[in-house]
Amino acid sequence: MQLEVSIASKVYTNAAGERQEVLAGFNFALREGEVGVFVGPSGCGKSTMLRIVVGLDPDYQGRVSRPPGAKIGMVFQEPRLLPWRSVEENVRLVAPQADEARLSPLFGTLGLEAHRSHFPGELSLGLARRVALARAFAVEPDFLILDEPLASLDDALAARLRGEIATLVDSRTVTTLLVTHSVDDAVHLGDRLFFLSQRPSRVIAEVPIHTPRGERGPAEIKGIKAELARLKLANL
Amino acid sequence: MLRLLSFAAFLATWWGAAFLAGDQKLPPPPIVLAAVVAEAKSGALFFHLGVTLARVALAFILAMTLGAALGYLMGRVRLADRLGDPWLILLLHLPALVVIVLAYIWAGLTEVAAIAAIAINKLPTAVVTLREGTRTLDAALDEMADVFAIPRWKAFRHVILPQLAPYLAAAARSGLSLVWKIVLVAELLGRPNGVGFEIGVAFQLFDIPLLLAYSLTFAALVLIIETALVQPIEARLSRWRRRAA
Repeated sequence: MQLEVSIASKVYTNAAGERQEVLAGFNFALREGEVGVFVGPSGCGKSTMLRIVVGLDPDYQGRVSRPPGAKIGMVFQEPRLLPWRSVEENVRLVAPQADEARLSPLFGTLGLEAHRSHFPGELSLGLARRVALARAFAVEPDFLILDEPLASLDDALAARLRGEIATLVDSRTVTTLLVTHSVDDAVHLGDRLFFLSQRPSRVIAEVPIHTPRGERGPAEIKGIKAELARLKLANL
Repeated sequence: MLRLLSFAAFLATWWGAAFLAGDQKLPPPPIVLAAVVAEAKSGALFFHLGVTLARVALAFILAMTLGAALGYLMGRVRLADRLGDPWLILLLHLPALVVIVLAYIWAGLTEVAAIAAIAINKLPTAVVTLREGTRTLDAALDEMADVFAIPRWKAFRHVILPQLAPYLAAAARSGLSLVWKIVLVAELLGRPNGVGFEIGVAFQLFDIPLLLAYSLTFAALVLIIETALVQPIEARLSRWRRRAA
């Protein structure tokens, strides 16, 4: 499913009553099944943009066109699991129609088989993030929204989870928005990279990556990074 | 074991005090027990306990349902909070006796008046507790339910209600003890049956064994309901908390 976003302006009024423009002229489009990665400095308004795209924040000027009735799966910055439900119950709450044939491979891919009956309070952050991922995929989304799903995980764990996300994204056609401040995440996962400016934020560069995710070895990754460096984007 | 020891200490203290004060003022346990047995044999004890219990149950359910609904509304809707707050403060500070007397004057010495008066006494504390609980609801979880398009009633049942459970439990706990205390006053003042009525009769006849017989069986009933009903429910509601690391 296609997504077209043109946010003319998003203004916040903070507690002191000052108005602050967070997004200005923020435009992009994604084709069906594409993974769009948004890279930008922290605090530039990436999460604000995601909230507008999924419809949580109606208070903005502009237009978001996404097909009506499209199913959304979202991984928030924090896992946002219900602490009184087990891992499996958390997933089943949002995806009541999901049967064992769907859940079993999903839990398998994410290494959650052994944790199905655990409560979120018993999980590490890395595991809780995986549960949030499982929940987002269990609804068989048309749009997948990932808000820094790998933040504050150690490198090895982040790399493994990144691989798991890549596997899941390629397992079905799902238009994906991934927000990150890591160029590594971007070059490993994205089909189309969007580089963002400081506040008020907008897209300052759009870089498509043509090599399929599965074929990006160390050499290809290095090549893409070199290309980004040439465009003076790698350090944003 | 500790409970038994504690109970034995209570009996011993009672017996000792009875010995010092004399049978007239404080009859020893066997005399009170005899009164209990006599009342139980005639069936009066069970009748009065049953009547009181029914009043407690009705008033409690009424006040909890209404109080929880109003509290949730006031916690969610600013306008409702501002409209309801003065009433809430008035009700919170209105003495129970005033409510009971006025209810009997306006609605007559009826069952409806008694139950309504008890419920009104408990209502404001339930509202306040649930309002506070509603204010602490996690907006992040609401957003999660929203994005995943969980149907409204399902989100209420599985996302909202579990967050309110501790507040519902607290309101039920404090409310129940309030109802236990007030029901006897309401019965004393305007009902022809129930434990409160019997205690009133015993007071007028200066029948201390009878008075203690009803008071203590009533206390025992409260204790049984607390340990057999209220505590297990609380434990069940918070089972995910204790298992959390």
